[in-house]
Amino acid sequence: MWSLGPIGFTSPLLLWALALLPVIVYLLRAVPPAPIRRKFPGIVLLLGLKDKESQTDTTPWWLLLLRLLAVAAVIIGFAGPLLNPRDQSVSTSKRLLIVMDASWGAAQDWDNTKAMAEAILDQAARDEALTALVSLTYSSTEPTFVSPQVNSALLDSIGPQAWEPQEGDYLALVASLPQEPFDTIWLSDGLERSGREALLDALRSKGRVSVATPASPILALRPAELRDGTISVTALRSGDVSTEARIRALGLDPAGIERVLEEQPLSFEAGTFMATAAFNLPPELRNRLTRFDIANFASAGAVSLTGDALRRREVALVDTGTSQEGLELLSPFHYLREALAPSADILSGPLDQLLLANPDVIALADVAALPPIQTAELTTWVENGGLLLRFAGPNLAIADRLRDEANALLPVELRTGGRTLGGAMSWGEPKALAPFKEDSPFFGLTLPEDVSVSTQVLAQPSPKLAGRVIAELSDGTPLVTRKTLGLGQVVLFHVTANAEWSSLPLSGLFVQMLERLALASGNRAQLIQDLETSTWSPTQIMDGFGAMTAVDTLENVDGATIASSQISADLPPGIYQANEQTIALNAVSENRILEAATWPSDVIRIGQEASETKDLKGAVLTAALVLALIDIIAAIGLTGRLRVAQFLVFSLGIGVLSHGAQAQDDSFALEATENVVLAHVLTGDDALDARAKAGLLGLSQALFRRTSVEPAAPMGVNLETDEIALFPFLYWPISPDQPIPSQEAYAKLNLYLQRGGLILFDTRDADRAGFGGGTPEGQKLRRIAIGLDIPPLEPIPQDHVLSRTFYLLQAYPGRFDSLDIWVEAAQANAEQIEGLPFRILNDGVTPVVIGGNDWASAWAVDEIGNRLYPVGRGMAGEQQREYAYRFGINLIMHVLTGNYKSDQVHVPALLDRLGQ
Amino acid sequence: MTLPLRTRAEEVAARFPPLLVRAETLASSVVMGEHGRRRAGMGENFWQYRPATAQDDARNIDWRRSARSDASFVQDKEWQIAQTVSLWVDQSASLDFASGAQLETKLQRARLIGLASAILMLRAGERVGLVSPHIPAKRGSEQILRLTSALSETQADNAPSAEHFAPHARAIFISDFFSNLEAVETALAKAASLGVTGLLLQVLDPAEETFPFGGRTIFESVDKRLEFETLRAKDLRPAYLERLNERKDRLQKLAQRSGWHYQIHHTDQSSTQALLSVYAALERQR
Repeated sequence: MWSLGPIGFTSPLLLWALALLPVIVYLLRAVPPAPIRRKFPGIVLLLGLKDKESQTDTTPWWLLLLRLLAVAAVIIGFAGPLLNPRDQSVSTSKRLLIVMDASWGAAQDWDNTKAMAEAILDQAARDEALTALVSLTYSSTEPTFVSPQVNSALLDSIGPQAWEPQEGDYLALVASLPQEPFDTIWLSDGLERSGREALLDALRSKGRVSVATPASPILALRPAELRDGTISVTALRSGDVSTEARIRALGLDPAGIERVLEEQPLSFEAGTFMATAAFNLPPELRNRLTRFDIANFASAGAVSLTGDALRRREVALVDTGTSQEGLELLSPFHYLREALAPSADILSGPLDQLLLANPDVIALADVAALPPIQTAELTTWVENGGLLLRFAGPNLAIADRLRDEANALLPVELRTGGRTLGGAMSWGEPKALAPFKEDSPFFGLTLPEDVSVSTQVLAQPSPKLAGRVIAELSDGTPLVTRKTLGLGQVVLFHVTANAEWSSLPLSGLFVQMLERLALASGNRAQLIQDLETSTWSPTQIMDGFGAMTAVDTLENVDGATIASSQISADLPPGIYQANEQTIALNAVSENRILEAATWPSDVIRIGQEASETKDLKGAVLTAALVLALIDIIAAIGLTGRLRVAQFLVFSLGIGVLSHGAQAQDDSFALEATENVVLAHVLTGDDALDARAKAGLLGLSQALFRRTSVEPAAPMGVNLETDEIALFPFLYWPISPDQPIPSQEAYAKLNLYLQRGGLILFDTRDADRAGFGGGTPEGQKLRRIAIGLDIPPLEPIPQDHVLSRTFYLLQAYPGRFDSLDIWVEAAQANAEQIEGLPFRILNDGVTPVVIGGNDWASAWAVDEIGNRLYPVGRGMAGEQQREYAYRFGINLIMHVLTGNYKSDQVHVPALLDRLGQ
Repeated sequence: MTLPLRTRAEEVAARFPPLLVRAETLASSVVMGEHGRRRAGMGENFWQYRPATAQDDARNIDWRRSARSDASFVQDKEWQIAQTVSLWVDQSASLDFASGAQLETKLQRARLIGLASAILMLRAGERVGLVSPHIPAKRGSEQILRLTSALSETQADNAPSAEHFAPHARAIFISDFFSNLEAVETALAKAASLGVTGLLLQVLDPAEETFPFGGRTIFESVDKRLEFETLRAKDLRPAYLERLNERKDRLQKLAQRSGWHYQIHHTDQSSTQALLSVYAALERQR
């Protein structure tokens, strides 16, 4: 293969054809562009004119250049150009071992790694070498040298795993290496691990070793930690290259969809390999957190699952037994409840029951003495990691037993009595709080000006006191004290939990203090105990790219394995669950440090980015084709055949076409609004729709003949797609199997009803249905009407305006003659006015009329006016049909005139009042 | 190829009505104005009352007017005489050209305007004749059909001539005036001597005005007798336009000398406009 810089040619001899280019130049210059023949009557005026210059008859230089390029591209294309042809330096042997780390570290750069492996295998196939492919994260891989095509197929099934190769994996590979010499290409993820050196030495003893590492450093996240209400996430990097990363906190939104809750930029200082981002999320968001990750870095190492670690705490408020009904604001727990409710689950009840629930925090307000059994239980609970939160009060102040044995559950010894500041009988002013000291968990909280303490219980001075005070008043007396007891702790507020002794519970500071205390109280002993004794089942497993998959077929894992946190193929990172508790195993452990692997100088480093061999033949030939097309256009343009105007006309034509579609929409609206149009809802049942249409046609004709309403031809309306606001009246025949309208259609219908439209529901079942509508149609109507905004209904009263908008009617028959017609109920205060034919009723128009008389069949006519369906028998039937028409006309009049007709009944009275 | 006579006849006949119909539609869009000579004379319309003189017949006395005073009055009519209009429409092949598919050829437009103005004038009672092929000037709607048939055929040689001009008649020449101007000049000289005035209407295609060509082009005349090759048509544009303007000037001067009007009509303009200008030009001369 002959190569020119980074480009090699498979058949370089063809390049000699480039020598022909000057000949082509000569030929092209000699032949001017072909003329175009035009008829032109004005030729008489042209005769005798001369061209200005004779030079232009040859091809212009740029067109010449274009053609030369096209020809050259064809020649070069067929010469088979290859970008970055792999030279033999990587492998001289006929046997090549490809080792892949395939851990989460390789995930971000996996496409390149894979492409590189493919390129190596392609090259090996060209060189007719044998290859073996080994991935260190897949157990029991033994190198066998086969043809590269086999390995190519195998390569597709290899992906980055969420765990890393262990020392054992390296050593197993060392043990299984064949005796014969071979060359090695190691596609590493660039991270140092124990065992790597051993494998490298073994490989070097067999032949030449080349190593490819990712171009950019690898980033990873340690598990998120919760300290004093702040979540800190530590990011690691493997190389000292300036890296900017964005840490994202992801969680479920209220709809259960994972969203980015917060995002923070993170920059590593030069020379450091670790950086920490602090997330100060409100409790609401913190409870929803599922994981942290690094934006645009797809790797299991860059994902930190949170699991239960940040979950909502359970706080138990112990009932003291004296319930003070009605004195809510005096209740000791009122403020506590208010403060904790957003961030914690609150339990309340007697202490013995609460202890069974094993809450994270137990709060006691002004409880001086507990029964001995409960004291013992409570002490055990605290020693196992619980947080006991106590508040002072009158009972605690006067109790004198606390000074000796019972103070196990109090952080400090208390003096009897307590003290009152600024009261009627005392000197001094109520005290403010002193700033929090640095070792206090409250450090950093801002003190409001208006918090003052008027009464408190005092601690007995003792050497231990100073170490236990975490908040104090401005005169140095303790306000909050704390002591650890076993794994847990006891905290005492020296004031009451209500606002009796101080204004602290009223302030925002109280909430912040409680949050700091309550959230810092993970029950560690419990978790460790659970781990050791229980069996955990994986619910979600992370793949090498950091994506989660729900699983339910994996084997359960026992707690001891989980406690070891040894992530491997047997214990993939993910979410594990046991007994309502979930634990998250992350690919990166708490004290992991990423270290870049160092390679000896005799190992050949191959970069991953520039190493791909690319066949340029297709690209070059395509370029030749494009050049040829440009040449065609240019040649046409040069001979004057190309008109810009033609393009304009063409694009204009497209514009007109697209406009045509719009016009179709308008035609529906125009048709519906140019005249009054009665419309029926398309039910999807063709026969029923045809019947409804024929019925409305008959009604339209009757209206035309008898009244001044002259409707156009009726239209069918598809509720989903058509605009119904254009129609004053909709006839809706109900069939048992028509679809329920969509949400959008319901929105349209409700708007329609609100804005004065009228829908006539016709269940067409008056012959079968009694009162209540148990027929399939009736049931369907109920289901359809659930989504409709229909006012209260009543059976049509005798004096309804519908009975006299045009004709005076007493019944509303259709094909059936039933009186079960329902309309909007009258207002409760509607009263019959003396001397008037009917009440002031339904000042508006009833939005719905519901009945089952199958009016459309009674109205239905065909194109030439013949009745389509029989009604009753003989003359009585014809009379019924006539009344059906009259009902239809009254209904349309009612729709179109609104309250005008009901106002008309007052006209005689008005005229009378006017004295005319 | 010679088509059977009947086919050709039908073809011709098929062309006939549309031209006529379009010409009539066009003609009807122009409202007829006054045709009187604005002086008393033979005619039908009232012109004035004047006191009767001894020469007037007693039966000419308008008794209704005379009864209102002591004198007798005679009603004068407006003098109306028919004009003779000679029409020449150039039907040579060079007019059979349109630069775009949506445009009419110049020939169609020339015939349309010619026939429409003829109809207009025949309706006004004038006598209209054709110069070439010669159709004597006559009145009446029969003449419309004769003119239509003459204007529906392509004439090989139809130079304008003033041979059959009546003295003090009117004439309309419609052409693109691209062919030899000598014949036109001769005809106009003769017409001027006879006191005939009229209108030269030059019908041009928009492409002939703008010369929107470029690149290497071979121009050929419509009958393919002439050919002209250029390598860069764009460069010829100024020279062409200069020559075109020269020709227009020449026509303008020629018209001025002989007391004629000269107008240019483009086929992308409305033909009604052209007809109105024809009408106005003839009207002015009266």
